[in-house]
Order: sequence, then structure tokens, then C-alpha cells
Amino acid sequence: MPYDEALERFEPVLGLETHVELGTASKMFCGCPTTFGAPPNTHVCPVCLALPGALPTANAAAIEATIRIGLALNCSIAEWCRFARKNYFYPDMPKNYQISQYDEPLCFDGYLDVEVNGEVVRVEIERVHLEEDTGKSTHVGGATGRIHGADYSIVDYNRAGIPLVEIVTKPIPGTDRLAPEVARAYGTELRELVRGLGVSDVRMEEGSMRFDVNVSLMPRGSSEWGTRTETKNVNSLRSVERAVRGEIERQAAVLAGGGRIIQETRHFHEDTGSTTPGRSKEEAQDYRYFPEPDLVPIAPDPAWVAELKASLPELPGARRKRLQREWGVSDLDMQSMHNADAIDLVEATVAAGAPPADARKWWMGELARRANEAGVPLRELRITPDEIARVCAMVAGGALNDKLARQVLEGVLNGEGTPDEVVAARGLQIVNDEGELSAIIDQVLAGNADAADKVRGGKIAAVGALVGGVMKASRGKADAARARELILEKLGVSE
Amino acid sequence: MSLTHKTAAELGALIASGEVSAVEVAQAHLDRIAAVEPQVNAFLHVDAETTLEQARTVDARRAAGERLGPLAGVPIAHKDVFTTADMPTTAGSKILEGWRPPYDATVTRRLREAGLVILGKTNLDEFAMGSSTENSAYGPTRNPWDLSRIPGGSSGGSSAAVAAYEAPLSTGTDTGGSIRQPAAVTGIVGMKPTYGGSSRYGLIAFASSLDTPGPFARNVMDAALLQEAFSGHDPLDSTSIDAPVPSVVEAARQGDVAGLRIGVVKEFGGEGYQPGVLARFHETVELLESLGAKVVEVSCPSFTVALPAYYLIAPSECSSNLARFDAMRYGLRVGDDGTRSAEDVMALTRAAGFGPEVKRRIILGTYALSSGYYDAYYGQAQKVRTLIARDFEAAFGQVDVLVSPTTPTTAFPIGERADDPMAMYLADLCTIPANMAGNAAISVPCGLADEDGLPVGLQIMAPVLGDDRCYRVAAAVENALESRWGGALLSKAPAL
Repeated sequence: MPYDEALERFEPVLGLETHVELGTASKMFCGCPTTFGAPPNTHVCPVCLALPGALPTANAAAIEATIRIGLALNCSIAEWCRFARKNYFYPDMPKNYQISQYDEPLCFDGYLDVEVNGEVVRVEIERVHLEEDTGKSTHVGGATGRIHGADYSIVDYNRAGIPLVEIVTKPIPGTDRLAPEVARAYGTELRELVRGLGVSDVRMEEGSMRFDVNVSLMPRGSSEWGTRTETKNVNSLRSVERAVRGEIERQAAVLAGGGRIIQETRHFHEDTGSTTPGRSKEEAQDYRYFPEPDLVPIAPDPAWVAELKASLPELPGARRKRLQREWGVSDLDMQSMHNADAIDLVEATVAAGAPPADARKWWMGELARRANEAGVPLRELRITPDEIARVCAMVAGGALNDKLARQVLEGVLNGEGTPDEVVAARGLQIVNDEGELSAIIDQVLAGNADAADKVRGGKIAAVGALVGGVMKASRGKADAARARELILEKLGVSE
Repeated sequence: MSLTHKTAAELGALIASGEVSAVEVAQAHLDRIAAVEPQVNAFLHVDAETTLEQARTVDARRAAGERLGPLAGVPIAHKDVFTTADMPTTAGSKILEGWRPPYDATVTRRLREAGLVILGKTNLDEFAMGSSTENSAYGPTRNPWDLSRIPGGSSGGSSAAVAAYEAPLSTGTDTGGSIRQPAAVTGIVGMKPTYGGSSRYGLIAFASSLDTPGPFARNVMDAALLQEAFSGHDPLDSTSIDAPVPSVVEAARQGDVAGLRIGVVKEFGGEGYQPGVLARFHETVELLESLGAKVVEVSCPSFTVALPAYYLIAPSECSSNLARFDAMRYGLRVGDDGTRSAEDVMALTRAAGFGPEVKRRIILGTYALSSGYYDAYYGQAQKVRTLIARDFEAAFGQVDVLVSPTTPTTAFPIGERADDPMAMYLADLCTIPANMAGNAAISVPCGLADEDGLPVGLQIMAPVLGDDRCYRVAAAVENALESRWGGALLSKAPAL
């Protein structure tokens, strides 16, 4: 059912579960490194392979990071809580239970304010807890890439035991037709918050932040929530938005056709934006949770928690307000920088000496375009805020114009060196030599006698063509404003 | 006296003085093992060369002038539930047959650091689940006192090895009595330290909140020396206690009960207890009184429900702990013919690899933890656990130690209770409370039952981290009884 029609008939209720891989040096319960991309099964030991007799010990840095996330999300911090075992058999889970938290999460009852179309929506946080990641299965053969139908599967346990924080919202009603945007804004805000705390690199394309999206619909006018589905492992912010939209459309069609929504997990497909059924929760697994007897309870010292709270960095919302004031930009511009994940980059560029307007112009213009072309996030472009600031300085100092500056950026992105090196190697300085410029102008005037006459005759607007000629003849290196002055002077015309 | 019949302390001193080499001592024990193993079956793995290599290393360290501990060069039998990088480790199960761990358990490592020479790995009830060692996948171990009877369990290989003079020392693990009960029925000393006092890292888990490594020896001092050698905080075990180890060797040397307050647990005795066991127990209590202890009766009402609560908690934890045996990374793999799913291979492997008692407990535990039953079973059992701890706390407000028979009967015949799990479970009736609360408890020989002439054990229970009290009282009992008997109880055992 088309989205607009779906929203006329039904009202959505959202819920989001977010998994964040923490960037601790070692795994959650052993000393193995957590770096991404190592050869399979090289970051493993008796503990994370669950060899007989091996025991976990909790990573204190991961506990601290989780508490900081909880505090940043305005949560209460448990005075005493335990890990719990979640029991189920799966080949990529070495112990066949996951050490997680059940009814005693480390952090609970918080909120995160997010902004959509200039309005603030408060998303309530149910809990933030700490657990371990599983290994990574690859299913070879078969049509679906899933375990059923595969010829065989291989497992990489490097990821097994990496600390994972799960952040669960309370149900979010009342978003109405903005549900997809609210979901995305929450994801964006959360990513920025976690990154600002320095506890995870939140690289969604590497799976270090992933979302489970819960959606249910109720008929307009009803106050009884419908049956929800859970779309698992959505791994980009754009996909979060699309998954919510797609699931609203799908559920609306089912309900409108007299069908019933089944409580189940669903898989999101990037190519179509639709979801397909996974495991049905109505034949739900019984995880047989019980307190993890191998680990002592966590009892954070309240004084320490207070210290952590006092030393939290400025949170993203407050920071954006401050930067907006400092930079003097509109709400809309600020929002688009936020959506493009450009705020850190602009801030760093300004810190390196660029005027805010210029920093924003480059990142949101030329660089956003190039990132888009290359299909990479803005922050992954091979250019630093310092380099952008250097280019801005060259433009401001008259050494480059915008057109040359774009060529410098291209050179830096191509790996040709620093902006100064690119300028030197490509010979991109503006022609400042009056003699050389004068010679070029003479040449252009000689070749464009008509236009020169028009200007002499008082049609000053015709000077544009002559300036263009100079720019072309100098291959863009001339200072256009100075060229205009000289042309008028040579033609004996004053404005 | 031959080297195999000396105490660990004596052997340590002989080796230290250079009178004998560690290699000679090891060889004497290897010879004894070769002679009696066909009857006893205490060991699952013995490798003479690996053993002698360790002994040679100790001799070389000593020759190089290194200062070594009191047990350097002394042989030890190691329960096959601790990982050993140089020997297979099976936990008595088919599912781990032939598995060679890539790492040493903390207890193993500390034995090596203390210069102890590991003779081999001893038999046990599969995954330490049992009270008779009949649940081993590799056949039962026999009691040196009477080869038709059980040596206790689960650490029955370790108790039999020490009682049969195959080793002066051995390691065990005690989850519900698996050190104290085998010690009692083989006439030796067995100690369950305070939970968290000895590391579980590398101990193949049965029930994590209860499992406790501890020592076996033929006398109290040797047990204390061994406990001191492998105890102490281990950062690899989160539940390991970061506190100074009670000075158990000093307590064993002291062996004095004058002025000590001793509580007799009212709930342990009477129906279901063998009269000969009760007779020896009461005589020993009188003996303690004659040595200057003040004896009172203490009631611990929750102890009567410790056993059923234990049989919810231990199986619950085991059902989860044993989930890792899934054929994916190590151990047995059944049915992997290229057509079956991972799930099917897991199921077939577990069906073939686990014995009946292990399966019984996995099923019990899985049920007790299921949604809808958790509160009634696991949750309720945890409450009982709290009550037991409170009973102990109240009791230790009045007395310094509690005493009881270690086990209601002497060693029973092999096969007698094999088909009756409830009768089997009753062997741990008196030992389970100390596991549930994490207390220290020891079993020391206190005589032979009149009916069958088999050993009886006295259990001494002390507060958490009160391990030294156990040794102090046990040493006093041992001194007094041995002077009465004219030697160790074990000297009355028939020669093998």
C-alpha cells in the first residue's frame, strides 16, 4: 500500500534496538585484540573459543564505556547488577550461550532528544546493557546466503567476544507520518553521541553499529497497539528510514486486506527496501536466562559514576546549538550538515583556521559531491580538515580562485600530496604578475575588437566576455577581478 | 619404608637434602602404578616419559642451586578435569576422548611452579557428576580397601591413587562433596577449600558457582602443603577471592583444639545413617571434648533441604556449561558425512558423547531454567541457598567449627546404586551445605565401621576463609587417633 494511504488509515509505533561494538583494545572477556579485518580465527584464545575450562573475566574499560553511554542518554546507573547467560545453540557462538544482561541492565530509564523538521522528539530509552558479540558465519552455496540451503558454512571467531552495547528504546508512539524520519534522526543522533564519547568508531559499513527496527501499526483512532515485527541488522541510517517506511507499507497492506501481522523477525533487503520473514517469534526460543555464575556482580562505585558523569564531553545536541551560534548558520544549513555527518569535519576545518562559511561551503559542496560519486561517507574522503583549511587560506590570500581550488582538492583526493604540493606540481597559482596579465589582456583585446569597441562605447556589460577570454587564455589562473580592472583601464573606461 | 609409603613432606625433605632424586621418587611411584593399576584403575592417563622429564627438570633446578618449595620433586596424581598442555584431558567423557588442551589450568601451572611432578590424570565420574566414579566413560575405579567397592566420587581416581600408594598427593574438585566423600570412603584426608580460594581457570566446569579445587593426601599436613601450593588469587578467575590465603600449614602444625567451640549439626544423623558411621563419629566428638574443645549441638534447619536445592542449581549450571561440547571446535564429532546440518551433527555428537547421568542432569537443568519454571525451581533453590548461608552464619556466631559425618555410609559395592540416582545422591547429604554457601570443609579419617571394617570420615566445616580452622581441628583429630591406633588408619588397609 502506498505510504500516504497507509498513514491515512494507520498509525505506527516504533521501537529501535541498537548494537554498538565498543572500540576497546581487547575483547569483552579475554585479552584478544578487537581490530577489524585480521585473517580469520587469528584473534582467538581458549576463552573466546570456549575451550573446556576457560573462564571469562570482565573488561573494565567496556563497563566504563557502557556507563558513559548510559549517562549520556540520561539513564540511571545500576548500583548492582549481573551478567546473565542467554542459552541457545548456534555454531558461531562458541559457548552456545551468550554472556549478556537480562533483568538487571547496567543502565536504564533514559532518553534522547532528536530533531526532525525543526521539532524536538523525545525518544525514551528503556535500557543500555553490555554483552558479547558472536563469531561471524559465512554460508557458502545455496540461493539465499543463509544457513538453510547452504552447501557448507565457515565461521570466523575473531568477532566472538567483542564487547557489544545494546541500547533499547521504549516504544515510540505519536511519530505519525514522520516515523521513518524519526527513526533515522534517532540513529544519526545516537551515532554522533557514541562517537563523541570516543567509545566506538561506529562504522556502520563494518557492522560496528547496527539496528533492529520494530514497527507495529494500529488503526487510526485506536489506542491498542498492533503486533510488531522486528527487522534485524539494518546497517545504514538510510536503510533504517527505508525499513520503517517499507514495513509500514507492508503491514498496512496486510491489515487492509484483512490479514494478521505475525510477530516475527524480518530481514531487510538493501536493493528493494523491502523485508522478508525470518524466524517466527511465536515459536520463540526459550533462552533460559540465568545469572552468569562465572562473573562476579558489577557494583559501580557511585562516586566514580558521578565523576564519569561530570567528565562527559559536550553532548551532540548542545554542541550543535553552540556551533550554530558560533558559525551563524541557519537551522536548515545546520540540519543538512548534521544529516551529512559533516559537523565534526566543518568544526575541525574551522579550528584549523578556515572561516565557517568557507569550511561549510567546501564540505557540503564540492566534497559532498565527490564523496557521493565515490560512494563513501564524507569522513572517509582522503582529505583532512587541515588541508581544506589550507586551501581556504590560499583562496583568501588571492593565490587561488575557486576554480583552481577545486583542482587542488581533486589533486589532494587523488593522492598527489598536500595542497601546496598539488599547487606546485600542477602549476596552479593565480597569475599575479601584472606584466604577464597585461600581455594576456592585450592579446585578448586584439582578438576581440568588437567586444572591446562595445565597452569603449559604454556597454560595460560586454567586459564579461573579455574577462572570460582572459581566464581562458590563462587557463583559469588569472585573477578575474584584477583582469577586469586592467581591461577597463586599458580601454579608458571607468565605471 | 619404601618411597611410595612416605608422606609428601618426608619425600620433599629427602629430595631437598639430596638423599634421593626426584627421578628416583617418580620412578618408584611409576613402578607402583604399573603394579596396582590393573586392580585399581585410578588413572586415565600415565606417561612415564613425561613424568620423568618433569622430575629431571626439578633435579636440574635443584642442582643449579635454585631454592624450591617444600613439595618440589614430590609426585602428584592430577584429576582429569584440569587442563594439562602435555597430557590429554577428558573429564571422564567420551566427548573429549583424546583432546589435548593447548593450555594449563591455573592449578596445573601452580603445581608445576611448585616443582610437583605430575604422574598422570585420574579417573572421575563424567564431568565430575557422581559419587562413585562409576559414571566414568572409561570404567570404574576400585576402592583399595575392597576392590568390589566404589572409591567415592567424583574424584574417585584421585582418592584411590593416594589410598593405593600410587601417589602421595592428588588433586580433586568438590562441587557437592566430590573431594570429601571419596576421602572419607578411602580413609584419607580431603579438603574443599573456601569457594574462590583456589582457581577454577582450566577446571572443566560442572557447576560454576559450586566447583572448588582441593587437595587429597594421606595426612593433614600434606593436604595443607598441597593446598598452599596451588591456592591464592587468580586474575583469570573472576570469582577468585583477592585476599590473603589462610595459613593452613601453620594451622596443621598447630593441631590444637583447646578452648575451641565445636558444633555438632543436629540435622545430620539418625535414620539413613550406618550405625558404624555414627558410632565412630560420636566417639570422635567425645575425643575432641577430651582434648579441651567445648562441644554443643547446633541446629541448621535449612541443611535438610540443601540436597534438593543442590539438584536444581548444579544441573541448571551444568546444562549451560556443557553446551559448548557441540563437535564444532574440538572433541568428538559424529555424523559429519557432508549431508547433515550442523544442528544434526551437534545432536548426534551429544547423544553419542555424553553418558546417562550427564544427560539426566542436562535435561533436569534445562527444565529447571525454562521459562515458566525458573521461579519455581532455580529461583526457589537460590533462596534455599541464602537460607543455608544464614544458618551457617548463625552457627558460626556460636561455634568455631561445625562437625558431622562426611557421608552417611561407608563405601558401597560397585553397581549397588548405579540404577538408583536418588540413593546415589544421598551420599552427598552432609557435604552439600558447605558447597551451597561456599564454606571451607575437610574430611579426616576417624576409624572403621564395625559392620564392614571400612573407613569412616569426620567432616569439619568452617566459615568462608576459615580454612585454617579445618586444618587445625583435623590435625588434632589425626594426632589423637593415630596415637590411639598406633599409626595411620590406612595402614590397616589390606595390602594390594
